[in-house]
Amino acid sequence: MNNLKPMRCIGASLFAALMGLLFLAGFVSGASAQDTPDAGPKPSLVVKPMESHIDNITGHAANAKSDYRRYCAGCHGDYGDANGENAVWLDPKPRNFTLATFKCRSTLTGTLPTDEDLYNTLVRGIVNSNMPVWNTFTKQQRADLVAYIKIFSPRWEKEKAGEPIKIPAEPPVTIDSIAHGKALFTKLECWKCHGPHGEGDGPSASTLTDSQDNPIRPYNFALGKNDSRFKCGSTNQDIYKIFMTGVDGTPMPSFADVIQPNDAWDLVHFLRTLQIHRHGKENEVLMSAHGVIPPYVDKNPAPAAAPADNKAPGGGQ
Amino acid sequence: MRRKPILIALLTLLAGSSLMFAGTVSGKVTYTGTPAHQKAIDMSKEPSCAKQHATPISTETVVTGANNALENVVVYISAGAPDEGQVPTQAITYTQKGCQYLPHVLPMHVNQEFEILNDDQTSHNIHPLPKVNIEWNKSQPPGSPPIKEKYDKAEFIEVKCNIHPWMHGYFAVLKTSHYDVSKEGGDFKLPNLPPGKYTLTAWHEKYGTQTADVTITGNETKDVNFTFKATAY
Ligand code: HEC
Ligand code: HEC
Repeated sequence: MNNLKPMRCIGASLFAALMGLLFLAGFVSGASAQDTPDAGPKPSLVVKPMESHIDNITGHAANAKSDYRRYCAGCHGDYGDANGENAVWLDPKPRNFTLATFKCRSTLTGTLPTDEDLYNTLVRGIVNSNMPVWNTFTKQQRADLVAYIKIFSPRWEKEKAGEPIKIPAEPPVTIDSIAHGKALFTKLECWKCHGPHGEGDGPSASTLTDSQDNPIRPYNFALGKNDSRFKCGSTNQDIYKIFMTGVDGTPMPSFADVIQPNDAWDLVHFLRTLQIHRHGKENEVLMSAHGVIPPYVDKNPAPAAAPADNKAPGGGQ
Repeated sequence: MRRKPILIALLTLLAGSSLMFAGTVSGKVTYTGTPAHQKAIDMSKEPSCAKQHATPISTETVVTGANNALENVVVYISAGAPDEGQVPTQAITYTQKGCQYLPHVLPMHVNQEFEILNDDQTSHNIHPLPKVNIEWNKSQPPGSPPIKEKYDKAEFIEVKCNIHPWMHGYFAVLKTSHYDVSKEGGDFKLPNLPPGKYTLTAWHEKYGTQTADVTITGNETKDVNFTFKATAY
């Protein structure tokens, strides 16, 4: 209703609209005659002319139609509603694209992910889930699929993707940085869900459900070997993005409004030490400190700091 | 300067006329049958909240009072509202205190800004679960600034804190500011209604909705009562 614009030249617009309608009618009926003989009560799917932009490549939804049907619909459903024939067997459930809620974003909670975010998910796949890695596709195919994902929710026509959060350069890993990260893990109460040692066993862990009411477990940092990854990436930058922007559609909240950018890096460094089997700078620094994270001393305490009422669980109690 | 007296005259006239023709709808919300027993909440995992309650509080899915009164029912004008699209500028707040949402149900106008406060000494995450509005999920540690938000579509939205699974509340996003929430005794009141035909809807988080039609002709008070059928589960 509110996007009706005054028509400047009614004649021309009418003509254009008529031509558009004729074209659409031809296109849709042609398409439905071709490949939806068994669509049943559902209306035939209109592939909206959505696009994606990855570097210098433009993806077109129309070009991904057969790839989507062949490779994605079995889980995500022909209509993007997560009702593919395999979906009942899967835990976690495939993403429902009609909701336009995505876990892996560089953008703030509640906003749409960027094209790169979706593209990177296709390159990476999602560990600890049935979402496969799609590295046999060409870049163009993946870009087309990213555009195709957008046909399922009207949000993609009304809204722009969110702005990617700004990430300052990573400071060096030091034992002080790790100690501060640990203090933040305690103060921000990540442990309530993830557990004092990041093993996914915090006091609230057993009660958690995702936004579709399916039980969900907090990430267990201690599991996995040297290659342990996250759903939304494996680099320090990825971890930074994950807790700052939140994992939408799950209990994992966004902390972008409550953690200062440099403090966030300290938290990243501490989280790496919870991945006890990982060989990395963070665990090396910890090892050279004989495996002990010293208590964090705030060098510039805030004048009116809120009294800390919570008992600190700490990693090394 | 010359305009001022006219303006004042106009304003008094306006105020006067709306006073003259301001109708009111008021009434009571009650239930029949036996509502489900509300369980006492065990907050021992969150001592800083537990100690704020001398006796443990109960879940608030169904809150009742004497004489079968039903509280926390949102009563609002669902058709004929004279103020659709008139977004109030006055701020409204939703407070987390003692690991409870105050109020349990927060009505608001579509696009009206509201503030979420954390008065507790523990972190909460505010996770409203809309179906038609946009979903977000934010952490709010003690001492952080208020979270300011608004919703652009009418909807009843369940609100959760995933850290404290007993915390449950609702946002009632409405196309009007003519609303009330039934209080102790089940009473509600919608004042300042210009003459017209209205549909009233009463919404309860567990027992659903009921509607009633009412016509206001002038300066009068109309009685409308709602009775919900309680279920024992
Ligand atoms: C075997 C089942 C399966 C197939 C086939 C599959 N997916 Fe998925 N997909 C999933 C599951 C399960 C998830 C959710 C994982 C989670 O939430 O941890 C998912 C999630 C996603 C997401 C959401 C990422 C986010 O940030 O939330 C996108 C985008 C996606 N899939 C795209 C695709 C595309 C495109 C294809 C086809 C090329 C495809 N998927 C094929 C199972 C599948
Ligand atoms: C209310 C519970 C809760 C709190 C509090 C919480 N998390 Fe999470 N977190 C989760 C859940 C649940 C998941 C799993 C999401 C999924 O599998 O989709 C998760 C996942 C993660 C992941 C991995 C995401 C991925 O891509 O695999 C990281 C990293 C993480 N959390 C860090 C943190 C940090 C750091 C904090 C505190 C600043 C924190 N979490 C606080 C519940 C929580």
